[in-house]
Amino acid sequence: MNKQKIVVIGNGMVGHKFIENMLAQEKSEAFELTTFSEEPRLAYDRVQLSSYFSGASAEDLMLTSAAYYRDRDVNYVLNDKVAAIDTANNKVLTESGLEQPYDKLILATGSFPFVPPIPGHEQAHCLVYRTIEDLEAITESAKQSQVGVVVGGGLLGLEAANALKNLGLDVHVVEFAPRLMAVQLDEGGGQVLQDKIEALGVNVHTDKNTREIVAGEGARYRMNFADGSHLETDMILFSAGIRPQDELARKHGIAVGERGGIVIDNNCQTSVENIYAIGECALWNNRIFGLVAPGYAMAKVAASHIAGGTEQFTGADMSTKLKLLGVDVASVGDAHGRSPGCKSYVYQDGINGVYKRMVISEDNRKLLGAVLVGDVDTYGTLQQMCVNALDLPEEPEVLIVPSVEGGASSGMGVDALPDSAHICTCNEVTKGQICSAVSEGATTIGAIKSATKAGTSCGGCVALATQVMNAELLNLGVEVNTDICEHFPHTRQELYHMVRVEQIKSFDALIERHGKGLGCDICKPTVASILASCWNQYVLDDQLAGLQDTNDHFMANMQKNGTYSIVPRIAGGEITPDKLIAIGQVAKKYNLYTKITGGQRIDMFGAQQNELPLIWKELIDAGFETGHAYGKAVRTVKSCVGSTWCRYGMLDSVAMAINIEQRYKGLRAPHKLKFAVSGCTRECAEAQSKDVGVIATADGWSLYFCGNGGMKPRHADLFATGLDDKTLIQYIDRFLMFYVRTADRLQRTSTWMENLEGGLDYLRTVVIEDKLNICEELEREMSHVVGTYQCEWRTTIEDPEKVKRFRTFVNSDEKDSTVLFVEEREQIRPANEDERLHFVASQSTDKIA
Amino acid sequence: MGWQIICDSQELLEMVGVRALVDDRQVAIFRVKGKFYAIDAIDPFTSAAVLARGVVGSLNGQVVVASPLLKQHFNLETGQCLEDDAVHIKTYDIRENTGKIEVLV
Ligand code: SRM
Ligand SMILES: Cc1cc2nc3c(=O)[nH]c(=O)nc-3n(C[C@H](O)[C@H](O)[C@H](O)COP(=O)(O)OP(=O)(O)OC[C@H]3O[C@@H](n4cnc5c(N)ncnc54)[C@H](O)[C@@H]3O)c2cc1C
Ligand code: SF4
Ligand code: FES
Repeated sequence: MNKQKIVVIGNGMVGHKFIENMLAQEKSEAFELTTFSEEPRLAYDRVQLSSYFSGASAEDLMLTSAAYYRDRDVNYVLNDKVAAIDTANNKVLTESGLEQPYDKLILATGSFPFVPPIPGHEQAHCLVYRTIEDLEAITESAKQSQVGVVVGGGLLGLEAANALKNLGLDVHVVEFAPRLMAVQLDEGGGQVLQDKIEALGVNVHTDKNTREIVAGEGARYRMNFADGSHLETDMILFSAGIRPQDELARKHGIAVGERGGIVIDNNCQTSVENIYAIGECALWNNRIFGLVAPGYAMAKVAASHIAGGTEQFTGADMSTKLKLLGVDVASVGDAHGRSPGCKSYVYQDGINGVYKRMVISEDNRKLLGAVLVGDVDTYGTLQQMCVNALDLPEEPEVLIVPSVEGGASSGMGVDALPDSAHICTCNEVTKGQICSAVSEGATTIGAIKSATKAGTSCGGCVALATQVMNAELLNLGVEVNTDICEHFPHTRQELYHMVRVEQIKSFDALIERHGKGLGCDICKPTVASILASCWNQYVLDDQLAGLQDTNDHFMANMQKNGTYSIVPRIAGGEITPDKLIAIGQVAKKYNLYTKITGGQRIDMFGAQQNELPLIWKELIDAGFETGHAYGKAVRTVKSCVGSTWCRYGMLDSVAMAINIEQRYKGLRAPHKLKFAVSGCTRECAEAQSKDVGVIATADGWSLYFCGNGGMKPRHADLFATGLDDKTLIQYIDRFLMFYVRTADRLQRTSTWMENLEGGLDYLRTVVIEDKLNICEELEREMSHVVGTYQCEWRTTIEDPEKVKRFRTFVNSDEKDSTVLFVEEREQIRPANEDERLHFVASQSTDKIA
Repeated sequence: MGWQIICDSQELLEMVGVRALVDDRQVAIFRVKGKFYAIDAIDPFTSAAVLARGVVGSLNGQVVVASPLLKQHFNLETGQCLEDDAVHIKTYDIRENTGKIEVLV
């Protein structure tokens, strides 16, 4: 059988989408696909182009790969422009002289940046913003510039301004119109945006018509404006709009619009039957769509039409939501209120820089459009109301007026949306599709993303998609699956039980008997923790090492830049001057940032992987041991000075705090555990905010359980009073082991207790009355943990094989060059994104010099 | 292009990643059920070179490593991020040759 030859000119976002759509057709083997690109690489994500400046490489932006095309027999030619179409003989000719016949031809040539014909615009350092090569040129130019001007204050212009700002330039935006984002915003919105952007240090000049670009005095160029004013700058970035790339159509008699764009019908066919146009080069109903979502919709329609389907292109929603220079901006539908008879509501908050305008129909029934600046929380709702033509609530203003705490909400939950509502406009995903994905088992936003693609392009819809998912889960009354992950059809408690009863000592043995697959970052650390609670083996044993989360594996807390923090144990917060000095000396020697933590001890930040054993060697020599700040384990026991010094103290709270910390240090649990001991009811140690709190009274110790600070603070409950030292410890032993045995993964004691049937009273019957007849067992288990304690850092530095694992690279002694620090308040801190870019930039210029 | 020797193969524990410097690129290397994998060590979400230090496992039949910082998963075979279609990282050809691990660069 002869395959039908499909040729796609342009391998941009839409051209590639078309190819994917063709490959997904049932009869895909009936087609032979060929694509030509003028650019030196296959399709990449132009929408995310600016992320190139925050560290993404060209490769990160790729939407496809040579291998993907090769595996699917898609022919591609890069770096070669199609120069002519021979419509009589159905073939295309490229600049390099290639000839390719076609049965169907797709024009997906996109658009090109419009550069106003200002005299002087063709000089060096006058650039545009469209391709990866453009960005490379901008980076180069920025290295030799201090001031940058962006011509054009639209969406792209402001995105470009942000990029220049991140490159460290002094940035100006020059706009021809009287306001920023003239296409999307009305005057009020434009002004609020301008105020906000100027507050960020970007200079905005509106109403400026550039007459010429000439040599500057203080800087490379000088821009002279029609009103007689001028501006000096080293580089100029044109972002004054885009023009459809319709050159081929013009040349070969394919109909184009008056102001450009290749005319297409609802099938995406041009005036020549077997030639289609899609994406930014296409003109439908006299409109160009400068966004990717409508282009994707066209790609789908064209592919369907070629394969004999019936899909039609019937326009697209142009609503947008963006974060520009850190300012949230959104526009929906008819933002300017151009519809006949329409009315507006405007809400303006000059203090917080919020502007909202809502355009509604003459009869007050429907929302036609909206503009939001500074606060776009209601974007999802408004956009859905607009595209689905939902009825407005009785008092429409509730949609944009901030709701007063406790007052009525706008009452427009996701339940009000029809199934056909487009939740993700980029990927055309409807509410119905998300709901069916939920009923097919996708219960996390990650699963929804992979099942429907919703939220995977611009990401603007993720919040709304999550709301839809949660509402649907609720509607379905979904029984929450309690399996810890796909590898074990069991809860944590069941796994704990199996490990105990069957005396299982390794993950491999457990998964072989009770699970499947290789395990994952959920079940492995959970099992590691269970094994540690039960058997208390050394965490870096060969068969346990791979189970540990990185913090446990390196026995230090990983920080945002991949370095670690180190927290030695300082039991009860008591420390000798010599030890303080030792910490100071180590921190100084290794140039670590030091800070007093919220847990009454000292944290040292910024250690590299390979330095950890060296630092620990010195700390251990000075008498320290590990503080388990990295583990789901006993962290700290806070104390107040107590009866030894304090005039109110009832008992020696410091001694008890140290006693408790020494006893339980090293215990690994479903979540971290924090304790405190106060010397009297003034409670200076804040014991009532801890998992285990102890307060001294005239009659002995009062014991509190299940408090915490953190995300959802909860005061601890009074469990027992008037206890002596021995009973106090006995109850804590039993309580902790019972928690370890029965809690869920990552469940603090507070949530555990709240989910325990019978709550605190039940806990008393177990721990005090021994109703389950397990107290002896619980105490035995605890004494095993206490008896087998080892400082795992000491064990590690004594074993050269283990120390080797801390090398940064297996094959080199070099340092990790991605780790950069800057100085702040006389200490180091990780360099932020801007500083990193700057550093890398200055480093490479150094190399050139 | 050529095979570059990285280390002795017994230096690689099952399911415990290591980092190597290969022509100035940081590469994360893993041994999973006797098979070897090599991917870029830099986490695209945080720009920190941490991927060799993630937990290795499987999800829906794909062999993956979880970034220790924000927990996204990457397919060790293809470099594809499971949470975000648009993100994938570079993978390298890797082999064991007479007791040595080698990466193709
Ligand atoms: C260093 C420290 C902040 C500081 O500079 O003071 C800190 C730092 C971290 N805390 Fe904390 N917390 C620190 C005291 C606290 C406190 C105060 C306290 O302990 O008195 C609280 C509230 C009390 C509580 O936990 O009930 C606290 C509540 C949290 C939470 C929320 C827990 C919750 O149940 O809601 C998290 C998140 C978690 O654990 O899931 C957290 C998690 C973290 C992590 C581990 C976040 C992370 O994964 O990177 C931080 C890493 C520390 C590191 O790299 O060393 N940290 N954190 C404090 C270390 C104390 C110590 O000496 O070990
Ligand atoms: C910085 C930036 C940010 C953006 N942000 C957003 C956003 O947030 N949301 C949004 O929806 N859209 C955004 N866009 C717009 C979006 O990128 C475009 O809508 C989309 O890329 C259009 O796809 P396309 O395939 O039609 O055109 P393109 O992606 O431009 O692809 C056309 C390709 O065809 C090639 N070509 C042209 N003529 C020929 C020829 N004769 N022979 C061979 N090859 C040829 C071109 O070189 C190009 O590679 C942004 C654009 C930029 C530049
Ligand atoms: S409060 Fe948040 S940011 Fe601060 S240390 Fe704790 S976890 Fe980190
Ligand atoms: S709307 Fe852009 S990803 Fe969903």
